[in-house]
Amino acid sequence: MTIGEAGLSSIFVVLSFLCLMGAAMALDSAFAFHASLGAAASLAAAFAIINRYYDRPAELPPQEINGRPNYNFGPIKLATVLAVFWGIAGFSVGLLIASQLAWPSLNFDLPWTTFGRLRPLHTSAVIFAFGGNVLIATSFYVVQKTSRVRLAGDLAPWFIVLGYNFFIVIAGTGYLLGVTQSKEYAEPEWYADLWLTIVWVTYLLVFLMTLIKRKEPHIYVANWFYLAFIITIAVLHLGNNPAIPISLVSSKSYVVWGGVQDAMFEWWYGHNAVGFFLTAGFLAIMYYFIPKRAERPVYSYRLSIIHFWALIFLYIWAGPHHLHYTALPDWAQTLGMTFSIMLWMPSWGGMINGLMTLSGAWDKLRTDPVLRMLVVSVAFYGMATFEGPMMAVKVVNSLSHYTDWTIGHVHSGALGWVGFVSFGALYCLVPWLWERKGLYSLRLVSWHFWIATIGIVLYISAMWVSGILQGLMWRSYTSLGFLEYSFIESVEAMHPFYIIRAAGGALYLIGALIMAYNLWMTVNAGEAEETQDASLLQPAE
Amino acid sequence: MNAIVSIENLASHLVLTFWTPIFVAIFLAIVFYALRPRNKAIFDDAARMPLRED
Repeated sequence: MTIGEAGLSSIFVVLSFLCLMGAAMALDSAFAFHASLGAAASLAAAFAIINRYYDRPAELPPQEINGRPNYNFGPIKLATVLAVFWGIAGFSVGLLIASQLAWPSLNFDLPWTTFGRLRPLHTSAVIFAFGGNVLIATSFYVVQKTSRVRLAGDLAPWFIVLGYNFFIVIAGTGYLLGVTQSKEYAEPEWYADLWLTIVWVTYLLVFLMTLIKRKEPHIYVANWFYLAFIITIAVLHLGNNPAIPISLVSSKSYVVWGGVQDAMFEWWYGHNAVGFFLTAGFLAIMYYFIPKRAERPVYSYRLSIIHFWALIFLYIWAGPHHLHYTALPDWAQTLGMTFSIMLWMPSWGGMINGLMTLSGAWDKLRTDPVLRMLVVSVAFYGMATFEGPMMAVKVVNSLSHYTDWTIGHVHSGALGWVGFVSFGALYCLVPWLWERKGLYSLRLVSWHFWIATIGIVLYISAMWVSGILQGLMWRSYTSLGFLEYSFIESVEAMHPFYIIRAAGGALYLIGALIMAYNLWMTVNAGEAEETQDASLLQPAE
Repeated sequence: MNAIVSIENLASHLVLTFWTPIFVAIFLAIVFYALRPRNKAIFDDAARMPLRED
């Protein structure tokens, strides 16, 4: 038995006992429920480690077989499957809450299914559960392939995937039970935050140790982006979440920051979660999967270096644009606005680099819907990173802030950029990991692509119209200086756009279900190669 | 007590005062490194890294 196996299984046994104590002494039922989950999961983990020890060969897997790296794909496969699962769960909850806005009776008059509890469930499920599993899976794949070594650690990669998903379960069930610290995108309470810290530091160590033992002298640019994502998320998480629980057996805590400092910490965290989780992490995917799929080198490696460092130097200062016209000092607001505008440069530099990687391979867009998905994601990245700085300008923000325009902007980035680049990566990754010659059906990828694209267009155009309408209604005055519309009149005006938005979300979900079926058949249908018939390839219209 | 200026205080004071030019200088050094003609071969090779099969 290795030291890791003995140590970790002992720690889990102790943790299980502590959780059981916590469950027995809990001050509230939500904490008791979470502590019970923790006890059960810890016990299961201890058993799994010991069972694995009895089942495995005496020697740990070799680093190389016949001079070729013996890549570790097991944890990546698990994260890939979980990404698809959470994606569908997150899109479904999104569809439900979009429908609740159009037809409020869909909250069923139950506390657990109100908009306020389901909304963080939706955002966390799509960003952290779907996006997070895609990032863990792709980062473990890319760092191994471009370093030409086996992933560092034996149990650690499994601990990261399982531990991260356990965090998701605790966070998600907590929202439904009303457990939240009310910080947007950082809703999980103190015990979930502590657990995530342990998992994330392990993630950083595994990634770093893999890089340290690499066989390639140069660290490929995608790994720089992954590393920036992992380090910055650790810093943001620790900065935003220091909290004092009212008791060690309670799910309620108070954040140590107060007033406008708390607001600034929150949006320093929030905007850099966009910058480093939803941007840097997925740019790493772009820099590996687009060249690989297009079979073309990166258009300009020099530009990729400048792109990386410009993004790193600028993004961290853009957060205050979330707090325009608040108690935050004016100079800080102006600073946030200025840095947001400067971000146009690296964002578009990166977009050009991704798109131009297709130089000499543009014809592949006609025949390969996976590449089409990846390229359209980069186009959406360009669009969302143009729109964002524009909305960060104070005068634009005075119209757009607190309206649906913001929601539309977020979704053009999330559905168009993050979603599509993730789908493209999953379509590449599944045949590679399960050693299939290709996908079960490229025609189904084409269907997914078009259905989801129409869904995004419906969603974001509905939100543009409704957001600007809303903003204009709120600021219109009569000749006597009274507000022209009551708030409820602006809500009433949103109704048709909410229906269009829900329809767009439904299409996006249907696309993801098609993908899940296609990936399932890719793994499980034996004759996968035959369906890759050239006559089935769909040219772009 | 506040009047005592230690070396550590002075160093942190200088960094806090001059972080903007320091960061700009670091960034310009990176741009120089990226654009330097001598490094072209390394970067052309690195651009092909995803395409190499083992």
